[in-house]
Amino acid sequence: MSDIAVWTLFLLVFPGMLFSVALGLCLCWVDRKVTALVQWRKGPPPMQPFWDVVKLLGKEVIAPAQAWLTGFLWLPFVGFAGAVLGAVLVWQALLGLGPQPAGDLIVVLYLLAMPGIAIVLGGSASGNPLAAVGASREMKLMLAYELPFVVALLVAAFQVRTLPDGETTRAATLSLQGIGMLQADHGSVLWRPSGLLAFAVALLCAHAKLGFVPFDVAEADTELAEGALLEYSGAPLAFFKLTNAVQLATLPVLLVLVFWGGPVTTAWGAVWFAAKVLLVVVLFVLIKNTNPRVRIDQALRFFWGPATAAALVALVLAQFGW
Amino acid sequence: MKKPSLFTRALQRSPWVFHVGTSGCNNCDIEIADCLTPRFDVERFGIRLVGSPRHADVMLISGPVSRACREPLQQAWLEMPRPRAAVLVGVCACSMGSYKDAYSVTGPPDKVLREVDPEAVVVYVPGCPPKPETIVMGVVKLLEALA
Repeated sequence: MSDIAVWTLFLLVFPGMLFSVALGLCLCWVDRKVTALVQWRKGPPPMQPFWDVVKLLGKEVIAPAQAWLTGFLWLPFVGFAGAVLGAVLVWQALLGLGPQPAGDLIVVLYLLAMPGIAIVLGGSASGNPLAAVGASREMKLMLAYELPFVVALLVAAFQVRTLPDGETTRAATLSLQGIGMLQADHGSVLWRPSGLLAFAVALLCAHAKLGFVPFDVAEADTELAEGALLEYSGAPLAFFKLTNAVQLATLPVLLVLVFWGGPVTTAWGAVWFAAKVLLVVVLFVLIKNTNPRVRIDQALRFFWGPATAAALVALVLAQFGW
Repeated sequence: MKKPSLFTRALQRSPWVFHVGTSGCNNCDIEIADCLTPRFDVERFGIRLVGSPRHADVMLISGPVSRACREPLQQAWLEMPRPRAAVLVGVCACSMGSYKDAYSVTGPPDKVLREVDPEAVVVYVPGCPPKPETIVMGVVKLLEALA
């Protein structure tokens, strides 16, 4: 019984829904504030993302007459649930809470794909032609970035390290905590050529996953009017915004955990970790604000060409202990 | 005075705006775009320009309604989720301006909107074109009226 209570708390409060939503909304504010500063503006107040969501939750929900109603209304919640579960797994590995599944890296990858799938299906369910174009672009974008993303993460999963006495150790683990512990023993993956390359690729893939500007082809406000989300209003739209917030809170943590890991159990370690996460978020925002949008074919060519090649090179370098 | 509900407070702090140009001369549209520039930065008040009427709380309308714009305007208005309101920017949108009695226009936007939604809340911002400060003030007055 107490087990169930603990797990409910785990999923709904910390590090699950409430925590990741709160953190995500804070990071959304960081995003908007840094964007404003880059553009020499003042930017919104800190509570802005919270008020946006409260307002959307209170607005009327309209479903278009031609929509597939069940899917249209439920898919935002499916995407949100996937993002929250992914966040729970990442935080669980980070803080060493509860049992540590052996292959949670794979599960996290699948769960983090859920929001994208929800947007694709939700956009298609709305029955709007512009939303359908947005959904098809989101689908192509997912096909594009998932491959280099997985390859880049594998660089951290299969580590070959040369010890000071000249002996080589090989370690392969698909557990997030395992990856973190390897780095605690041998230093961060990021400080090796292979790790740096893989981190750069993973950063750009995560950037596309978040739908940020050079890769926001699926939303494209200027030509598709927010793409797949075009027909959404009220609470379902609020949940898409929350899903995005949770992703913004999860992906930098995942990247830092996998490539730039370090202990978080000490107070100093926790502060240092938070600083790294904030740095990655600011990096996202700066990339977003200094690049124009690419076309979908350019995005696909970039991810399947240079990005995948770079990730493969990193994987090979890592196998030679670089 | 009664304390406004959480939703009303949220609405006042995050009005998302959808901009419809109903065949004006484009001067007001430029002034609306000015509101987003660093000098005025309406995002300070949570105001955001959105691309879909489904996401919007406020519709910014500029220009008299031409025949071609009439039905799209009414349709876009009905697509906005309640509570919704309109801000008419510029003298042409408020009272037809120099387009009065022209053959190509079918009436000021407030009349066109009230044909499909008699309870439409409308705020008028006259000027040719109104300054960005005036447009922001119009939106703020609207938000005060919502409370």
